[in-house]
Amino acid sequence: MPDGAMPVLDVRGLKTVFRTRGGEIHAVNSVSFSLRAGELLGVVGESGSGKSVTMMSLIGLLPSPPAEVRAGQVMLGGRDLLHIPPHELQDVRGAKVGFVFQDPMTSLNPVFTVGSQIMEPLMRHMGLTRAQAADRAAELLALVGIPDAKKRLKSYPHQFSGGMRQRVMIAIALACDPDVLIADEPTTALDVTIQAQIIELVKDLRQKLGMAIIWITHDLGVIAGIADRVMVMYGGQVVEQAPVAELFANPRHPYTRALLKTIPSLTGERGARLQTIEGQPPIMMGEPVACPFRARCAHRFDRCDAENPARRPVDGAPVGQGHDVACHWNPEGA
Amino acid sequence: MFAYTLRRLLTAIPTLLMISLVIFLLVDLAPGSPMSEIPLTVPPEVRQKMIAAMGADQPVFVRYFLWLKQFFWVEPMYLLDHVFGTDFAHGAQRIISWQSKVPVFTLIGERLPQTLTVVGSAYLVGVLIALPIGIYSAYRQYSWFDQAGTFFAMVGFSVPTFFTGNVLILIFAVKLGWFPTIYDTNLTVEDWPSFYKMLMQMALPVTVLALFNAAEISRYTRSSVLENLGQDYVRTARAKGVREAPVLLRHVLRNSLIPVVTVIALGLPTVFGGAIVTEQIFKINGIGAALIGAINVSDLPTVQTITFIFAVLIVAFNLIADILYGILDPRIRYD
Repeated sequence: MPDGAMPVLDVRGLKTVFRTRGGEIHAVNSVSFSLRAGELLGVVGESGSGKSVTMMSLIGLLPSPPAEVRAGQVMLGGRDLLHIPPHELQDVRGAKVGFVFQDPMTSLNPVFTVGSQIMEPLMRHMGLTRAQAADRAAELLALVGIPDAKKRLKSYPHQFSGGMRQRVMIAIALACDPDVLIADEPTTALDVTIQAQIIELVKDLRQKLGMAIIWITHDLGVIAGIADRVMVMYGGQVVEQAPVAELFANPRHPYTRALLKTIPSLTGERGARLQTIEGQPPIMMGEPVACPFRARCAHRFDRCDAENPARRPVDGAPVGQGHDVACHWNPEGA
Repeated sequence: MFAYTLRRLLTAIPTLLMISLVIFLLVDLAPGSPMSEIPLTVPPEVRQKMIAAMGADQPVFVRYFLWLKQFFWVEPMYLLDHVFGTDFAHGAQRIISWQSKVPVFTLIGERLPQTLTVVGSAYLVGVLIALPIGIYSAYRQYSWFDQAGTFFAMVGFSVPTFFTGNVLILIFAVKLGWFPTIYDTNLTVEDWPSFYKMLMQMALPVTVLALFNAAEISRYTRSSVLENLGQDYVRTARAKGVREAPVLLRHVLRNSLIPVVTVIALGLPTVFGGAIVTEQIFKINGIGAALIGAINVSDLPTVQTITFIFAVLIVAFNLIADILYGILDPRIRYD
């Protein structure tokens, strides 16, 4: 990981709000992070923590209404994606940023061939002719490990298994050689053996192609295996961020600690109950004025109810570059 | 695809035979006599001879099989002879109307063009209006356009055509005098003025029928497009950077049309039924009017034949819907 290099993607103070009948849901609150070239950033958090919404906000994939990206800056290739006209954003999507979604069973269009769905971004962004796009699509299918690629271009999604469809989704996302690949829980809907195959595939492709990857998951085991850096999200905020080894060795946020405890272990006492985090994630009505985790936190004190903690450095490096945490509780006094 | 089509075609045969039997028996059981129009002064033995001459004294199953043979074998022969000038039919007995004593298919040949002109163009106009309205209503859900569309669809679908027909005649033909009240069957289009006249007389009946059809189809289109807009593959298409127009008109529409095509195809034959009413209101001398006339004088062969033609249309369009379904949806095609 090249330290201090120019980030390919730089997100500052992103705020996304959903307008509902019951009021505004603040799904993403002042999220900032950056992604360096060739880096794999893992994003973890439980359902509803704002992981997916954050990533979809970046490239305008949320339906508006009800979603509204209210503030922030998303710098990619010298442009702020939040402040360019829609048709320019469409030029960025699929070309500079590839997206792989959670459910491969429904993410492909059932009435078009796999080939035409891979060729679509190629013809759209790279100006290839149909024949050139077909050749490139066959290359891509072979790249993601689908045998007999040329023939399989004419197949329809329903003729593929879940794992193969996810490979197709990855081929689509990689079609135009993007700078950033966003993978939104790409293995959650797959069974464990296929999951392992897809993870190996992404690791392999990353070595070959060298793009930066954002990998969203709620599986810390996956993160430990592939990520360079980890960002933990809770209640629409980044609560902790650190290089992967540092985070697993030295978690600071009570939520991160609790998350790490929930990983079932192969060793140790048989029949021990699985660890859980008591309580429910918050529903983020209104601007947050207190720590979103306070209701479930064992270390809660007065300040947690009065003030939403800002991210502060743990290891001396500036926020976002080394290890940082958003918590008032500071047992070491650092 | 071929095996699929063939299978569908083969299943249509027993369906049609069953329908033909039910129609024939139902119409035959209906009260009324073909002699009701004959003056009472005609002596009974003469009446008996007249009935025998029409073949109406035969047992019902004999008449049924004769009619079946005439419908599926003799009449197509006459059609071939008529088109190619051949002589396959050898003067075989055709289905004869008890009322006018001319072959029923000659009667239908005279009446069908009037119906097809009005009903066909009404349906086409209806579909052409309904699809864009349905698509745009779904794309801009709850916009004022969508609300207005919902309102008009509700009105169009819930108010019967005999009412809208009379209201339109009252306003546009009687009060304003813009359009003729009666449809002139003898009008043939040969130049611009007669074409204009044709357009004018078609305007009201076509509007009434098109409004009714468009109401239904636009609702189906809207809900189908809405359902598909929320699908994951739409998000994938957007994530690929596809422009909004192709997202909607290529990805979403192709999927949304699958159920809509069924509704359109199945709706077409029922429109003939609905047109019976509209033909009465606008005095169009079409197939519906012929059916009503035949019912009134117990002209059984005509009633049976026209009713069965409606049934054949329904089965045929069912088949067309199934085939279109297979073309649009690969998951069905490769079953």
